[in-house]
Amino acid sequence: MSNTDVRVEELAEQEYKYGFVTDIESETLPPGLNEDVIRQISAKKNEPEFMLKWRLKAYRHWLTLKEPEWGNIRYPRIDYQGISYFSAPKKTGLESLDEVDPELLETYEKLGIPLEEQKMLAGVAVDAVFDSVSVVTTFKETLAEVGVIFCPFSEAVQKYPELIKKYMFSVVPYTDNYFAALNSAVFTDRSFCLVPKGVRCPMELSTYFRINEKNTGQFERTLIIAEEGAYVSYLEGCTAPMRDENQLHAAVVELVALDDATIKYSTIQNWYPGDKNGKGGIYNFVTKRGKCAGRNSHISWTQVETGSAITWKYPGCILLGDGSVGEFYSVALTNNWQQADTGTKMIHIGKNTRSNIVSKGISAGHGQNTYRGMVKILKGAQGARNYTQCDSMLIGEDCSAHTFPYIEVKNSSAQMEHEASTSKIGEDQIFYCKQRGISAEDAVSLIVNGFCKEVLSELPMEFAIEAQKLLSISLEGSVG
Amino acid sequence: MENLVLKDVESYIDGFARFERSVAGNGWSWLSPLRKEAISKFKELGFPTTRHEEWKFTNVAPITKTSFRLTERATALPAGEELEKFTIPELDVFKLVFIDGHFTPELSSIKELPEGVKIKSLRDALSQERELLEPHLSRYVDLSDDAFSSLNTAFMQDGVFVYVPENTVLPEPVHVLYVSTGTTSPTITHPRNLIVAGKSSEATVIEDYVSLGEGVNFSNVVTELVAGENSHINHYKIERENRKAFNVSTLRIEQLRNSSVSTHAVLIGGALVRNNIHPVLDGEGGSCLINGLFMATGSQHMDNHMLVEHVSPHCDSRQFYYGILDGRSKGIFSGRIVVHKDAQKTDAKQTNRNLLLSEEASIDTKPQLEIHADDVKCTHGATIGQMDESALFYMRSRAIPLDKAKAILLLAFAGESLKRIDLEPLRVYLEGVVAEWFSSEHLNLG
Repeated sequence: MSNTDVRVEELAEQEYKYGFVTDIESETLPPGLNEDVIRQISAKKNEPEFMLKWRLKAYRHWLTLKEPEWGNIRYPRIDYQGISYFSAPKKTGLESLDEVDPELLETYEKLGIPLEEQKMLAGVAVDAVFDSVSVVTTFKETLAEVGVIFCPFSEAVQKYPELIKKYMFSVVPYTDNYFAALNSAVFTDRSFCLVPKGVRCPMELSTYFRINEKNTGQFERTLIIAEEGAYVSYLEGCTAPMRDENQLHAAVVELVALDDATIKYSTIQNWYPGDKNGKGGIYNFVTKRGKCAGRNSHISWTQVETGSAITWKYPGCILLGDGSVGEFYSVALTNNWQQADTGTKMIHIGKNTRSNIVSKGISAGHGQNTYRGMVKILKGAQGARNYTQCDSMLIGEDCSAHTFPYIEVKNSSAQMEHEASTSKIGEDQIFYCKQRGISAEDAVSLIVNGFCKEVLSELPMEFAIEAQKLLSISLEGSVG
Repeated sequence: MENLVLKDVESYIDGFARFERSVAGNGWSWLSPLRKEAISKFKELGFPTTRHEEWKFTNVAPITKTSFRLTERATALPAGEELEKFTIPELDVFKLVFIDGHFTPELSSIKELPEGVKIKSLRDALSQERELLEPHLSRYVDLSDDAFSSLNTAFMQDGVFVYVPENTVLPEPVHVLYVSTGTTSPTITHPRNLIVAGKSSEATVIEDYVSLGEGVNFSNVVTELVAGENSHINHYKIERENRKAFNVSTLRIEQLRNSSVSTHAVLIGGALVRNNIHPVLDGEGGSCLINGLFMATGSQHMDNHMLVEHVSPHCDSRQFYYGILDGRSKGIFSGRIVVHKDAQKTDAKQTNRNLLLSEEASIDTKPQLEIHADDVKCTHGATIGQMDESALFYMRSRAIPLDKAKAILLLAFAGESLKRIDLEPLRVYLEGVVAEWFSSEHLNLG
């Protein structure tokens, strides 16, 4: 046992694996937020007039809002004037990889995504966001052949203003909430994707991105549209360098699925969680929502949340089209002093809409994990169906787990079930493993992976493996 | 004190000053600081709005928009026969009847009591039993965020006081009948009940709210129940007032070591019913059963609000709440289990099942777990659905008419909850009451 203790100690002190800061010249606006800053961001990104108008409108609305306080999370007040709202690596718009800053390429290699090899890797096109501006986009041609548009959001604003005008804010309006309004005013970049009618996107789309420039809040904006009968699977995964100040991350993701379309959105979130005393770490306040606008459309969210000091997000689905399906699969792990308040929102509007929610929360150390979800079945949603399961696992004496589901049903033909459980990690299971020579640490990792299997199996293959590793790494030092 | 009309926050506060003066000289002066604190709390809080998280689904505007008259002791009592229909057959009870919130000895029957047992109106107890009341009265109910309990505390003047000393078994249940006589103008009553059970004692208390007329009455109830070490307490609440009544009640249960409390609610009547139940398991080995059945139709609104707090280790709690909603009614179930840091080995379960019978009916359910200890077993489950079509088809194929088949299914559903009632005559009686509800004009089962 003492042997294990020593190992656990070592592991607990192990530094964040992906913590490093790349030293490249970048163009950063001084900290602060006012209309001029927004004009500058818009000008730097060469945006059309309408976008600047929208940004200013969102900013003015944001000024009227108050930071929400209902979350089951605690953090010091954020100084919005102390954040720099724009940061871009200097040389952009390169045609080939040779022109890319070699240091940047090295960073990607450290992260395990060498761009040179990406092309050879089976079916993954990467739109790598380095801080706020997309540097290089691969596999464009392959996608262009079938008519899929996959580009940085800022490029889409210039190239496809009509599409942006049509779909942006259609799912998450700038008035939606405090952080969505802020994002709408100062968003920088991220992905835009449109899969045209009847096309099955030939590869998994993915972006890896990280916060790099010190003190730069990241305000990504993503918009994915699947036209009639289209299918697309989008992955995002992220790591961030180690630093002490808390960093704000307030992204907005909008998904639109038309008739018979399917969008699968998977996330592995591994932002820097702060050190073992709860110092530092990312604030991850994200608004993600999908709209099943067409008949029999399908939106599926899968998330593995292991990082961030605070995670506050509720990927939701508006089930508007008759027969549409929304799914939410989540694993949220909090260790040390991490806090997570996460869940989903399923709004059933169309007839025979279905939703499925599986949430697994794991708390260790002083971690605090909250599932907060809403299932709303409106009057017109004949035959709506919901199944919700949320389980929590507790490891250690100082952690806590909460479940706050809201269920509102206004239609008598609706059926819904909700189940939740909270329990301690099985002592006899650990005992069984140890008896067979498996260390306590490995046993916990084994049990947790089993606990989360239902969710992990929803992830695309390579992500599933990464997620399992992440869970083990994040739990290190939680038993002993 | 005539014509004390209460409506908005101001009028309650003005009314309180007059009320205080009118009850001065009853030997209740020791209560005064408590009342003053409560009214200032109410002044600070005001009536809750739907922006208040705990009142998100219930709009109390119908209450705040009505001018209520604080009831006085009735001059003309209803005839005993009129109350006959509220008697539970084949059950001997200590019966306390309150007419418009005031204890009426003429209609009550309290037989010989075992030694040391006290069953009396709070009015009498306030002046006679100060030393028994003072350590408990208003010591448990949490007024910090509860405007209605604050109002009750400020205006309390009658209710039931039950005291069962150590090692004593109450031979018969206490049946407390709150009758509103239904006058023309809306009335308000603030029944306040205190049940104190000593070590290793046993008691059963039935709170029963009924109306005689069609007038509007607002019962703003607070019941405090203290279950001593090793005690066994059964508590029942039956709400069957008319469809215009408002009923806001808070049941606060304090459970000591190895005590066992079960509380059952059957809610049928009332226009707006808010049913708060808040047990605190504050002693090792306690167990608590919360069982309820709520049935609403028309435009009835029934809000059930549970907060189960596990403070000590090794306690069990079970919650079962069943709802049947018809017409344009609205049901709410909000169940929260809080396991405090030291409450290891807690075993808490919660089940909420609901049937929606009509297009317009709706249900909001909010089961919540808040766990601060690690070695616990907590689960909750909620379901919302309809009557099983295939079961109905099966019965109809065997020549059972549709309305009857539906009534059978509903009775089976309600029976799940009623079967947990141990007191046999009461269970049989309530099954009858429920069956009548299913077959009467309440439901359009055709």
